[in-house]
Parts: sequence; C-alpha cells; structure tokens
Amino acid sequence: MAGIRIALAGNPNSGKTTLFNALTGTQQFVGNWPGVTVEKKEGKVRGQKDVNVTDLPGIYSLSPYTLEEVVARNYLIDERPDVILNIVDATNLERNLYLTTQLAELGIPMVIALNMMDLVRKNGDQINTKELSRQLGCPIVEISALKGDGVDEAVKACVSVAGGKMMPQHSFSGAVDHALAHIEEVAVHDLPEERQRWYAIKLFERDEKVLEKLNLSQSVRDHIEKDIQAAEKELDDDAESIITNERYVYIGGLMKGCYKKKNKGQMTASDKIDRVVTNRWLALPIFALVMYLVYALAMGAPIGDGGISLGTFLTDWTNDVFGGWLTDGSRSVMESLGAAEWLTGLVSDGIFAGVGAVLGFVPQMLVLFLLLCILEDCGYMARIAFIMDRIFRRFGLSGKSFIPMLVGTGCGVPGVMASRTIENERDRRMTIMTTCFIPCGAKLPIIGLIAGALFGGATWVATSAYFIGVAAIVISGIMLKKTKMFAGDPAPFVMELPAYHVPSVGNVLRGTWERGWSFIKRAGTVILISSIVLWFLQGYGSVNGKFGNVEELYEDETVATEEYKEAKAEQMGVPVEELSPMDDSVLADIATPVSTIFKPLGFGSWRPTVATVTGLIAKENVVGTFGVLYNYEAETEDDELDEEGSQIWTNVEDDFNKISGGYGKLAAFSFMLFNLLCAPCFAAMGAIKREMNNAKWTWFAIGYMCVFAYAIALIVWQLGRLFAGAPQIVGLIFALAVLAFMLYMVFRPYKEATKLASR
Amino acid sequence: MKTLRDAKIGDTVKVVKLHGEGAVKRRIMDMGLTKGTEVFIRKVAPLGDPVEVNVRGYELSIRKADAEMVEVQ
Repeated sequence: MAGIRIALAGNPNSGKTTLFNALTGTQQFVGNWPGVTVEKKEGKVRGQKDVNVTDLPGIYSLSPYTLEEVVARNYLIDERPDVILNIVDATNLERNLYLTTQLAELGIPMVIALNMMDLVRKNGDQINTKELSRQLGCPIVEISALKGDGVDEAVKACVSVAGGKMMPQHSFSGAVDHALAHIEEVAVHDLPEERQRWYAIKLFERDEKVLEKLNLSQSVRDHIEKDIQAAEKELDDDAESIITNERYVYIGGLMKGCYKKKNKGQMTASDKIDRVVTNRWLALPIFALVMYLVYALAMGAPIGDGGISLGTFLTDWTNDVFGGWLTDGSRSVMESLGAAEWLTGLVSDGIFAGVGAVLGFVPQMLVLFLLLCILEDCGYMARIAFIMDRIFRRFGLSGKSFIPMLVGTGCGVPGVMASRTIENERDRRMTIMTTCFIPCGAKLPIIGLIAGALFGGATWVATSAYFIGVAAIVISGIMLKKTKMFAGDPAPFVMELPAYHVPSVGNVLRGTWERGWSFIKRAGTVILISSIVLWFLQGYGSVNGKFGNVEELYEDETVATEEYKEAKAEQMGVPVEELSPMDDSVLADIATPVSTIFKPLGFGSWRPTVATVTGLIAKENVVGTFGVLYNYEAETEDDELDEEGSQIWTNVEDDFNKISGGYGKLAAFSFMLFNLLCAPCFAAMGAIKREMNNAKWTWFAIGYMCVFAYAIALIVWQLGRLFAGAPQIVGLIFALAVLAFMLYMVFRPYKEATKLASR
Repeated sequence: MKTLRDAKIGDTVKVVKLHGEGAVKRRIMDMGLTKGTEVFIRKVAPLGDPVEVNVRGYELSIRKADAEMVEVQ
C-alpha cells in the first residue's frame, strides 16, 4: 500500500512529542499550521516506506473554541488521514479517554497507544487492555514512548487498519441516543455511514462551524432544533453539556470494567514533591531560588569571576573569538591577499563585527534554553504559572509571562523566544509585545552614560529605569487588554498541573537545539544584511559633491577643502576641529532631518538621533555612537570611552544643555526613556517576527513600542518643562492630550470577556 | 448555593451543576468537572488564587472566578 498518513492525536502532557520523536527519529519538518502560530510537525516514520505522520496540537477535546482544537479538527475532517494514532496517558486514563471517544466518532480507523503503562504497573494498578480494546472497538498497543518500547508494534497496527473504517462503539443514554438517531436520519443520511455519528453529535451540540459547513435547509434545522430542545428539557441542561456529561458517564462505566486501582488515596512521589514546591509558605522562596539559579547559570557572573554562569563564560569566550581574532584575523588575511580596502572593511568591520556581536549571545541562550526546557519537561513550568497567575492576569498576561520578563533583563532575544511556552495566543502576543520594555543588559550602558554624564552617577536613574520598565509593562498590559485586538479570547482559566517526572534528555536537547538554531539561522540572514547596510550607511557619503568612503574623502584635501569643512562645521554648529568624517555619511544625512521629530521630546539634534538609530543594531551601540560623536579634542578611537569618559561626558552634558535650551538633564532623561522603551535591536525584532509569525502583529508590536516610547518621553519632557516654569505651550497641549488618552485607556470600564473567540 | 469557590482545603465535594454557558462552561466540563464528579480541594496558590483540585485522578488548577460557576455539595 502506498502512502499511509498517520495523524498523531492526544492530550497535552501525554508523551505525544516524545512518541513523535521516537516514530520519526531525525526525519521531521517543523513549521506552522497555515495562517496560525500553532506548531506543525510532520515526519516520515523510520524503518517504513511511505508512512508519514503528522503531529496534531495537544488537545483535551475537539470543541470549536480554541485555536489548537480547531486546527486539529479541521485537519481530521478535511484531510481525513488514513489512520489516527491516539496516544493515551495510562496514568490519567479517565480524562484521556474523553478525547478518544470524540476521535472514535470521526469514522477514521484508530489505534490507541497506551503510554506509561510501566508507571501504572509500578503503582500496582491494573488495566484490562483486551477488554478496553473490545469496548472501544479499536486495537490498543501498550507503549513506553520514553524507552521506545512498543513503538514499532503501534506502527504495524496502524498500517494494518489503515484504509478501513471505524464505527464508534460507545452509546449515550436513551433520550440522547434517540435524538441523535433522529438527526442522523433527517440531516446526514447521505453521508458515508461511519461519519454520520460525528455530524449528528455536532448538530446536536449546535456547533456553528459544522452548521455552516453542512448548509442545511431551514425546515431541517427547525426539525433538529425540536429534537434538541426535547432532550434539553428532559435532561435539564444545554445540549453541549449533555454530550460532555454523557461521554464522561460512558467512560466512568468503562473504567469500572477495565481499571483496577490498588491504593486509593495514597500519595504518589509527585504529590509529595508538589506538597513542598507549591506549599503556601515555601512556594515563593523556592520559586525565587529556582529563578535565581536559572539566571545565575545562564547569564550571571561567569565562572572564574566569582559566578557560576557557564553561559556568560562561553559568551565571553565567543566574543573574544569574534571580536578579537576573527575580526582582526580576517582583516590581516584580506590585506595580505591584497583585497580592496572597502571589501576588507565590509568583511571585518561590517560582517564579522556585526554578526559576531549577535552570535556572542548564542552560548548564553543555549544554556538558558536548556534550563527552561528542563523546567518545562519536569513539570515545574505549570507550577510557575500556578504561583504567579494572580499577579500577571491583571495586566492581561499569564503566570508564565514571568519567565520571558526575567530572561529579558539579560537579553530581549531569548526573552521573546521564551514566550513560546505560553500556550494561549493572546497571552503570548501580549508577552512578546511587553517583554522588551524591561531594560536588557545592552541597555544598561545607556543608563550608565546618562546617569554619569548628567546626573553625577546618581543611582536613582538606574533604579527608575527598572521601575519605568515594569510600569510600561503594567500600563501596556492594561491598555492593550481592553483594546479590540486583545478582546475576545480570555486566557485558559483551567490548567492541568502534570505529574512531576525526570526530564528526558532527548526532549530537552532537542528543544534547546530547535530554539538555538532558529536564532543562529537568523543571525546569518536578517542580522547579516542589516549589519552590512548599516556599515555602509555610516562609512559612505558625499563630501563636497563627491561620493565615497567618507574617511578617505576627508583625507583628500582637494575634496574636503578647508572652506567646505568650515561651511559644514557651521551648518552642524560645531568648531571645525570637531568635525568628523561621519558627519557627512549617508547615516548623518538621514538622521539630520529625522531629528526634527524628536524636537518635542527635547533632544531633536542629529547626534542623539544617530545614536538612537544605531541603537537599533544593538542597544550598546548608543553608547558607542556617543563615543564617536562626542569624542572631540581627544585623538582617541571610539571605544576608549572609559579612559576618555570624563571628556565625552562633559561634551554630552554641554550638547544636551545646548539643544534643550538649558534643560539638559530633562532632555537626557527623556532621551534615555525613549531609547529604553522604543523598538528593540534588530536581533530582538527578528525574534519578535519569528514568534509572532505574522507580519501584521510584528509591525503592530514594534510600532506600539515606538509610539509608547514617544508618548512617555513627550509627557516627561513637556511636564518637566512645565514644572520648571518654562512650558512649551503647543507641545504641552499635545502631551496633556496624550496623557489624558492614556489615562482613559487605562481606567476606562471594561468587562472581562467570557467567550473564547475562535478563528 | 454552595460553589467550588466556597469549598475548604482538604474537602471532597461533589459537583451538582455547572452554571454559565458557552466556551467557558465547555472548557471546565472538557477537563472532567461534570455532574456527579467528586472533587478534592488540594490547595490554594500562595497568593490566594488559583485553587488546585484533584479531579478524575489528576491535578487541575482553576481560578476562583471560574470555580464560582461550579455548584457543589
């Protein structure tokens, strides 16, 4: 038989991913389901010819309400795979069989893979597999996905039943069965026999998606409605609940005949662990300790420097390799080969320095993802959501949003990527949009520079940056959750707390590598291109009508004549000796007109503007750019900011005072706020794009951050001027209008949505 | 009317009826909280919400606002 398609279906936490990996080995393709950000995995079954398996999202039911369920449902109904492999967690049989009864109704041949039977036996419990198989009307194979036991048998069973039909064996109580039989007769009798049951039940449940699809005449619909109402009246419940109830009643009967529990009420090892870990008093301290360890191991002080962080240790090493000998090495190799100077500059300063700066994060990220995968696989992640849920849901986030934000204090890129553990799409999008408000490691130098240059190194500046970051998350969360874009799908309010287990090495390594690799791939594409473009923009420009490398042109006195330099210096408002070749670069040409938009924020001058733009490459570039742009008098190179710090700081202070008409501190604070809150670096924007998997949402997220940053800086600068007794009337009116709008958005009445929207 | 929200830690209660409608009700029922089910109240989260209950042999976390929809005895 050629081309068997197996659909792998089952509850979350039933070992589905592990089984999928065991089935396919390395032959799998990860993507997304068309149009939605639910992960789609496909693969070839190893050792078999022409047997493909599709991993459906982990679901509890085939209701039409959540994205995952709709995706799974549509695939099963529209694509009709040849066989369903239903993985069932034997340690949680009752609830897992609930999905099984729904899958059985589809009429597609089914095989049940009963997972974790070894644990059931270890507990001394018994499951009569033969009887269960007889009652459900489909083969059951006992497997251990983790050890790989029984997987081949499951595949064989799938191949043997593929192409056949499956008739659901389970029945409901008299009134319901009667109504269903009637609906089958009047509405769906021309469909193939094995599919009638599914459609009859969906019609009974008044499932809108199915009603739409079947396109029944009004008289038939009225007829069905009468049957439904009669059953509803008899059983005193709504139709959907009646079906759900009936399923569990049926399963309850099934369990009595097939399942024997040895010790009722005895605590399992998982229960004992959980009693300590989520204890009313110990939960928060343990949580703080776990988070501290994750942070310290992945991005804290490095090993050998008083810390325990393997990640930072390796990142420092990678930075040495890229920043040191790959950049310098490639330069000397290219020079010795006699390559053109522009090519050498492009390769060494553009590509190796730019991409290297990003790749340097890889070791830290791999360590971090490894730890997060362990936390997720062992079952602690669900407990984090349990512990933190109360705080975060007020801001439209979920308990799991804590991790991305914590990670975000180190670097926004892994922070955004850590949001993948949030199943709910609304919560995940909200988390992605707000995570970058937390000052990341690369933003700290900006804070240090502003605090040092204008505030005499006052610590409150840094503290306020964190408070403002947290406040930005809270305010954004409240404002956004009330908007139409986020209305409609509330977070899942019921969540399974899976039993703890030792994480599987394979799963953890695979998860770590998948996330790490998608980052590395991006560094090779998006970041590579933006590094090249920006290197070009800041190195090239037209000097006195001649276009080329600005440094070379400045050395050529026939091009950069004294008159030209004087005119240019006057135009820029600096003495001639302070003029740098970069002032004529394309970047400066672009930045100068753009700087007008920052006038209402108090720092509308080209230098801070260029710094803001270069901050998009990497936030620490803001400081580096200041180093270049404010490095007058001294002959030092750009990155010797520390030695020449005081000189540059004085220049920064003078310039900010000059451009702001004497309110330098206020302007600098406004500048800092804008840079902390606006669009993150390209690497983080790439991460946002990857996780949103949707152009509209990506741009909305980045646009929102920029607008929000602009609004906050505007309010701070304009109100600051007002309190200083020197208001700028037009700007102040705008600032007050923005403030009023934000207050309205935060405090406007809002009713928590109770209906899950479906797409 | 006594609801799941009012039940004390350590209690075992029986579901009488589910109030509310639509997706939220369906979701609670999908997770196994149906008429006649026994529910053991395991614990409350450190910050007072949500509640952890044991139902049909597994652990479920449910927010108090939603537990209010489950009538018990």
